[in-house]
Amino acid sequence: MKTSTASGTTTSDLVPAGPPLHGPGHGTGSEGRRPRRGIRRHLPYSPWLFAAPGLLVVGAFSLYPFLSTLVNAFTDRRTLVPGEFVGLANFRELLDDEMFWIGLRNSSLYVLGVVPALVILPLLLAMLVQRQIPGITFFRSAFYTPVVASIVVVGLIWVWMLDDRGLVNSVLEAVGVGRVGFLSDQWLLLLSAMGVTVWKGLGYYMIIYLAALANVPRELHEAAAVDGAGPVRRFFTVTVPAVRSTMVLVGALSSVAAFKVFSEVYLMAGPSGGPAGEDTTLVMLVQRVGTGLSGRVGYASAISVVVFVVTVALMLLVLRADRKEDA
Amino acid sequence: MSVINVTDADGKRIPVTGLAVRYVLLLAVLALTVGPFLWQLSTSLKGPHEDIFSSPPKFLPGEPTLDNYTRVAQTIPVWDYALNSLKVAAANVVTNCVGAALAGYALARMRYRGRRAATLAFILAMLVPVEGIIIAQFTTMRDLGLNNTLLGVLLPGSIGAMNVLLMRNAFLNLPNEVEEAAYVDGANVWQRFLRIALPSVKGTLAVVAIFAFMGAWDDFLWPLIVLSDPENFTLTIGLNYLHGTFANDERLVAAGTIIAVLPLIVLFACLQRFFFRGVGEGAVKG
Repeated sequence: MKTSTASGTTTSDLVPAGPPLHGPGHGTGSEGRRPRRGIRRHLPYSPWLFAAPGLLVVGAFSLYPFLSTLVNAFTDRRTLVPGEFVGLANFRELLDDEMFWIGLRNSSLYVLGVVPALVILPLLLAMLVQRQIPGITFFRSAFYTPVVASIVVVGLIWVWMLDDRGLVNSVLEAVGVGRVGFLSDQWLLLLSAMGVTVWKGLGYYMIIYLAALANVPRELHEAAAVDGAGPVRRFFTVTVPAVRSTMVLVGALSSVAAFKVFSEVYLMAGPSGGPAGEDTTLVMLVQRVGTGLSGRVGYASAISVVVFVVTVALMLLVLRADRKEDA
Repeated sequence: MSVINVTDADGKRIPVTGLAVRYVLLLAVLALTVGPFLWQLSTSLKGPHEDIFSSPPKFLPGEPTLDNYTRVAQTIPVWDYALNSLKVAAANVVTNCVGAALAGYALARMRYRGRRAATLAFILAMLVPVEGIIIAQFTTMRDLGLNNTLLGVLLPGSIGAMNVLLMRNAFLNLPNEVEEAAYVDGANVWQRFLRIALPSVKGTLAVVAIFAFMGAWDDFLWPLIVLSDPENFTLTIGLNYLHGTFANDERLVAAGTIIAVLPLIVLFACLQRFFFRGVGEGAVKG
C-alpha cells in the first residue's frame, strides 16, 4: 500500500471546531488522480491512539515472544532460572535427542498423510453442495459442525468412537472384521489422528473451495459438455485448472497446520505421546519440555525455531511447486 | 406424469436421477460429519444399567435420562468451567471488536507518517505461528504475574492481528467522499469513525465477533499451558481433566462434551448466514 504525502494545510490537521468555510481542496480531486487512501484531518497523534491497543497486544504477545524465542534458543534458560548464552549447544543436543527425531518424523508424516486428503476431499464436497437444491443450506452448515466444535470435544468424541469397545469396533465386529486397536498401536494411532484432522478440516476448506467454484464460468462446463466430455473428464479439464490456485492455497495452509499438529495427537495418545512416546509430535515436545516449573525454556525454544524453519520451508516449497507447473 | 420439478438457481431443471444420487451422497456425508455428535449425545443420555458397549451398537438410549449431566456437575465444577469459558469468550469478543475496529480504521482511513510500519507490524504478527512462540508467551505471562489467571488466558488473543487486517480491508472499501462530507459538516475523527465508518462495516464486525467467540471458547493449547489450578480451568481444559480422571465412565465424558459443544452449535446455527458470507469473502480476498 502507498502512503501519499499530505496535501492539506496545517489547519487540516486539527479537529475542526465547526464547519470550515474554506475547506482545503476537499473532494475536488484537484491534487491529481492518484488514489488517496484515508484522510489527513485529525490530530497528529490520533492514528496512534487508535492503533495503540492493537499494537500493544500484538507487540507484547506475538512480536516480542517471537524475538525472545529466537534469543532463548541460544541460551540455557529455564522457567525459574535466567539463562546464559550457550551458542549452538541446544541445537547440537537436538541432533542426539531421540525424542526430537521421533517428533520430526511424526510431524512430517502428518503433513504427508493429511495434506493430499485435505486438498482433494473438500473440493469434491464443495462440488456436491455447490448446486442450489432444496435443503442445501442445511447440509452446508451441518458439514461445517466439526469445524465449529472445539478440538477437545472432537478429540474426546473420536477417542470414544475408536475405543477398543467403541462404536467403530462394535460395527467392525458385527460385520465380522473383528476389533482393531486404533488407539493402542503406534501407527494406527497416528493414522487415526490424521483421520480426525481431516474430518475436522473438511468443512473449513469446503467453504474456501465453494468461493472458488462460484467464480468458474458456467459456459466452460457447457462448452466441454457439448464437446462430449463426461463428468470425470470435465472435472479434470475444467474444474481442476480453474481452482488450481485455490488448491495451492489449501495445500499451503493445510501443510503448515499439519506440521504444527498438537491437540489431536495429545488428546488421542495422551500427554506422554502414546506407547513409549512414539506418537509425540514436535509441538507436543515443545509443550512437554518447555512448560512447568522446571521447564527448559532454552531447549524448547530451539525446537520452536526448527518448527519455524520447517514451516517457512514448507510454504516456499508449495508455492514453488505452483510456479513450476505454471511455466 | 407428475414428477417433482426442481430447478437450480439459474432456473434450469435438474434431472431427477441426478438429484437422487446427490441427496444420497449428501445424506451419507451428513451421517459421517454429524453422526459422531449424535452418537455422543445418545451415549450421554444412556442410563447407568444400559450396556453402552453392545455389539451391534444401540443408537437410541433404552432408558433415556439426564442423570449423567447432574453427575458431571457433581464430579467436576462443570458450570464454573463453562462460566470461565464464557467470561473469556465474551471479553474476547469485546476486545477484538473494539481493538480491531480502532486499529483497522487507523490503518485504512487516516494518513500519517508510520502507517506502513504499523501495517507491517500486524502482518508480521499474523505470520508468527502461535505454536512456535507458546513458551515465550508463557514466560512473558510469568513476568507479568498473570499465569494461572483468566486474564492471562485472554490477553494474547485479545486483539488478533488477523482481525485488524480484516477490519482494515473492510474500511478500505468505503469511499472517501462520505467522510470528506462529514468533515465539512464539522465531524471530528472520532465522530466520523463511530457514526460513519463503523456502521458501514457491520458484516465484517459480525464475522470478527463470531471468530473471536469460537476461538476463545474452543482454544486448548494456550489455556492448557497457562492454567494450572483447577479452580480457573476453562471448559476445554476441564473436559480434558475429566477425561483423564474418569476415563472409565464414558457417559460422563459424553455429557461433558455435549455441554461444551451445544452452545456453539446453537450460536452457529443462528449466525450461519453472516458466517458463510464472511468466510467466503475472506477466502476470496486472501
